[in-house]
Amino acid sequence: MEIPMIYYVVVSTIMFFAGVYGFVTRKNLLAILISLELMLNAVDINFVVFNRYLFPGQLEGFFFTLFAVAIAAAETAIAIAIIINIYRNIKNIKVDNLDKMKY
Amino acid sequence: MDFSNFLWMRDELSLLAVILILFLYDTFGSDKSRRAFSTVACILLAAQTAFMLIPATAGEAFGGMYHTSPAINIVKIVLNIGTLLVLIQAIPWVKTADVVIRRGEFFILTLMTLFGMYLMISSGNFLLFFIGLETASLPLTALVAIEKYKQNSYEAAAKYVFVALFSSSLLLMGLSFIYGAVGTLYYHDIALAIGNVTKSIAGSPLLYVGIVLFLAGMGFKISIVPFHLWTADVYQGAPTSITAYLSVISKGAAAFALMVILFKTFAPVAIVWQYVLWGLIVITITVGNLFAVRQKNLKRFMAFSSISQAGYILLGVIAGSATGMTSLIYYVLVYIFSNLAVFGIISVVENATGKVNIDDYNGLYRTNPRLSVAMMLALFSLAGIPPFAGFFSKFFIFFAAAEQGFYVLVFIALLNTVISLYYYLLVVKAMFIKQDDCAIPALKSDTASRINITICVIGVLVIGLLSCIYTAIDAHAFGM
Repeated sequence: MEIPMIYYVVVSTIMFFAGVYGFVTRKNLLAILISLELMLNAVDINFVVFNRYLFPGQLEGFFFTLFAVAIAAAETAIAIAIIINIYRNIKNIKVDNLDKMKY
Repeated sequence: MDFSNFLWMRDELSLLAVILILFLYDTFGSDKSRRAFSTVACILLAAQTAFMLIPATAGEAFGGMYHTSPAINIVKIVLNIGTLLVLIQAIPWVKTADVVIRRGEFFILTLMTLFGMYLMISSGNFLLFFIGLETASLPLTALVAIEKYKQNSYEAAAKYVFVALFSSSLLLMGLSFIYGAVGTLYYHDIALAIGNVTKSIAGSPLLYVGIVLFLAGMGFKISIVPFHLWTADVYQGAPTSITAYLSVISKGAAAFALMVILFKTFAPVAIVWQYVLWGLIVITITVGNLFAVRQKNLKRFMAFSSISQAGYILLGVIAGSATGMTSLIYYVLVYIFSNLAVFGIISVVENATGKVNIDDYNGLYRTNPRLSVAMMLALFSLAGIPPFAGFFSKFFIFFAAAEQGFYVLVFIALLNTVISLYYYLLVVKAMFIKQDDCAIPALKSDTASRINITICVIGVLVIGLLSCIYTAIDAHAFGM
């Protein structure tokens, strides 16, 4: 018995909005980065599922997912580099310390 | 395999060649020979711009993945001119002790983002578009963090990188819904599928959610209002040359890419996105202007000014006609010259004294009359006062929107130009009328800054009067 498509889409939507929630509420830069990864991976699930269930004859969604994974890795690398730089400067990665510029 | 496809990508390939030459030069050149690095970089980019002036023909490569046309070529030339001015402006800054060790990185990363913007505006498929967008925004995050021991710089970098990631994931979510609704990612095929009445994709909620998420993702890149909160912090924290680059080149490229996609791909559902854009433009212009009034820091001030300018740029998109495209390209060209003149002066003053507040400019006219007059001309152009280029660009973009019947929108935008005149004049007032005993002393700017500011001021004065520029762009523009 095949699992209907809607199950996958529900999972990916929950993942996406869990990511949005984490992005807004978390105070630690690494936790924010993890939330962003959740959002990006939810997109990957979406692409693969749409391709597999709605358009089984083609590969466009799979390829997009591959590229999206690679680019997400590059983005994470840069974000972590910046977080490490912040840690070296202030020995802390709490967002509360990044409030010098406001309004 | 047929390699002749690559010939269509002459702009990208020539820019890549410039990047590679600079990379090898920076890696293998001796310390002594690398003193000329900045000059060589500017000359190479100028040569590449000259090469791009050879007229391009319309064509597509790699099965429709990559598109090129004379209009796209013109936009690339405009972006190149802007980047060249930013690089010239940055020369005195990259000589300072903190940055000189990262000089090569600055030039190579800047050109790499330009390469990404090329891909973004001439893509024919959302995959290439996304790769171009990321190639443009990832090196920019590194550039914002380039002064890595300054609190402002790394704070701005952290804010920028997280907002860039967040907006890319919104945009990707939108693309996945569009893919789910239509089943292809080629612009041309999507337009065909949506336009096909028998398939009724045009009414599908999946497509609309996709378009809205896509607009939100692009809204972060262009900094339209509900998505603008990162702009002021990043502009204030980043080094001034990078701020200048962010505010003109990256914004102009993203706005043009958005316009091409909306025209080429979503023309059959124009009524939907025009509805969304209408609201976005109104709040963008208004909020940008109102927040600019209360700023004390000149870089934050320019950030809010650039937010409201983004709203004006979008007037060309909402028009959806060939006139809209012409006036958008023209607006971006004029905006490049006026904004880079302002940022050129800000960076001259900042490099010499470290001051960036509006109050610090009190009495600047007494000590530095030429800088003050240049700043005044640029601010008048941004506000749109008649003899300067800014007036003509605003006129054309209002004309394009009014031509399609957006009278109320144009009226609100016109009211907002009055507000914008008020806050631009605050700076002029500080320079000319207010007196200060400890005003900034007379500065002696170096050759590079002088060249940059002179070119920008000439551009501000002349572009509006040379109608041939508008006509040349108009000859190649296309509408929905």
